Amino acid sequence: MKAAKATEARLDEIRKSAAESADLSTRGNSYPPQIRGKESYYGLPVLKAPVWTWEVPIYFFIGGIAGLSSCIALAAHLLGNDAELVRSALWVALIGGAICPIFLIADLGRPARFLAMLRVAKIQSPMSVGAWVLVAFSGCALVAVVAEELIVRGYSDVLIVGANWAGDLTAALTGLVLAAYTGVLIGATANPVWSHNRRALPAHFLAAALGGAGAVLELLGFFIAPTQLIGLAAAIIETLLGVHFELSRLPVNAPLHRGKSAIGFRIAGVMAGPVALILRLASDSPPARRAAAICFLAGSLLSRYAWIWAGRASAKDPEVLFQIQRKS
Amino acid sequence: MSVSAFLTDATLCIGCKACEVACKEWNEVPADGYVWSGLSYDNTQSLGASTWRHVMFLEQPQAAGPQLAETTDPFRWVFLSDVCKHCGNAGCLEACPTGAIMRTDIGSVLVQNDVCNGCGYCIVTCPFGVIDRRPDDGGAFKCTFCYDRQKAGLIPACAKACPTESIQFGELGDLQERAKNRVQELQTRGYHDARLYDPQETSVGGLHAFFVILGQPENYNLPPAPEVPTTYLKSAWTSAIICAAIALAIVFLAFAL
Repeated sequence: MKAAKATEARLDEIRKSAAESADLSTRGNSYPPQIRGKESYYGLPVLKAPVWTWEVPIYFFIGGIAGLSSCIALAAHLLGNDAELVRSALWVALIGGAICPIFLIADLGRPARFLAMLRVAKIQSPMSVGAWVLVAFSGCALVAVVAEELIVRGYSDVLIVGANWAGDLTAALTGLVLAAYTGVLIGATANPVWSHNRRALPAHFLAAALGGAGAVLELLGFFIAPTQLIGLAAAIIETLLGVHFELSRLPVNAPLHRGKSAIGFRIAGVMAGPVALILRLASDSPPARRAAAICFLAGSLLSRYAWIWAGRASAKDPEVLFQIQRKS
Repeated sequence: MSVSAFLTDATLCIGCKACEVACKEWNEVPADGYVWSGLSYDNTQSLGASTWRHVMFLEQPQAAGPQLAETTDPFRWVFLSDVCKHCGNAGCLEACPTGAIMRTDIGSVLVQNDVCNGCGYCIVTCPFGVIDRRPDDGGAFKCTFCYDRQKAGLIPACAKACPTESIQFGELGDLQERAKNRVQELQTRGYHDARLYDPQETSVGGLHAFFVILGQPENYNLPPAPEVPTTYLKSAWTSAIICAAIALAIVFLAFAL
């Protein structure tokens, strides 16, 4: 293979990357520049980068929407009088719950053995908790939807109404766990940027799930006051979290401030936070709300990818790992 | 059965890589690339799914400490054969959702290959970056501590092949004692930066494969204070529960208002 002839830009790039390995703070001193003193073994990574592929962020995204959609169904069921909203929100929960395993299984190294996930139940493994919660959630949502459809068709005896309520309630509770556990899943790891943000991650993922569920229902035509309020709340939380992550200038958070993961993280944060918020504050007409919903969904999906990219970047940096461990 | 351990001694290693070869051959570990790293004589670079022993080649400044052998090189040579630590509290084992990773009767951490479904969670929960997924096979692999050999009364392949007894195999308590004595002996012989790497005080709770090294653990890419990620569960779940309650409250408020 013949390499392409270097351009001037390429030569600048080579110079820049070489300079990164040098300690140029000696400039202006009497002694010559030196290679940057690295404590690690040739700067090689200590940790392994996550092997998760493109399916996992989509799974996080859909699981969150499905989970919080069941909460909206429960609230609408208890407090609202919009039967069509309850029905649609339950369907969103069920369809989401049914799609999730496809992405989860596709990401496995050995997809044919996905059932091994249900071989044991381990409370200390968020991956195990998540697998079981997903199964429970889908089951509860299925019960709720079947009962709902029967009631809509006029079959409403005590058993069916009871199943509807029970399914709705249990789907909402398991749905919350489904939306939140993914933050715990990546927070409780050896990865520096993930474990450092283990308290903020569930908040970030739940905010995305909350706003995402409201946004999906808006896109299905429910331009009602509660979905607008949910959209506003989620965009405000996203904005606050965006400010928090932007101001946390610790070296461990470098992947949120530099490189590809930071670009994705910032675009995502702006779309789901300020942009969605301004659109909602500017007007509550359906077109503005539709735009806000799309912005929020795109932003919250991108932010899940950005967290995975940040984890990959963080795993490559041995010096940051040493620094946080010596401090603690 | 008693608890097995490895003591790997950097001051006895000659960098011959016999352990890497013996491990590959006995365990029938596939080749994983033929790469010239440019990093001293280390073309292995790290432990991985198909590399269960990894010999490191450190070229330290002469000021770092006394040389181990006569040399004209303008730096201090140190070699060390890295391996899975078989942690007292193993991150991979705690995180495994299938129960594929288990604690054996000899105290080692073993991946049951016929159970692993390749979810990849152990990879991000190992604080030492040891375990990895094999791209072609999809399952997670790491050092088995030659469980098959041990059950047959044999010592692990790497320890058997080591020509300098840099890799010593034995009972955990005995080897811990031997390691302490070795560090003391080295220090009295003038190797002031000799130390034992076996983080007992962190949540990892000590290793079943520990190391006698010269200098800082960081120089060997050994984390100075590794934590088993299960210690993060409490704070992460607490936050998750509080945030979930807030999210539910927001949904109900939106409908109540």
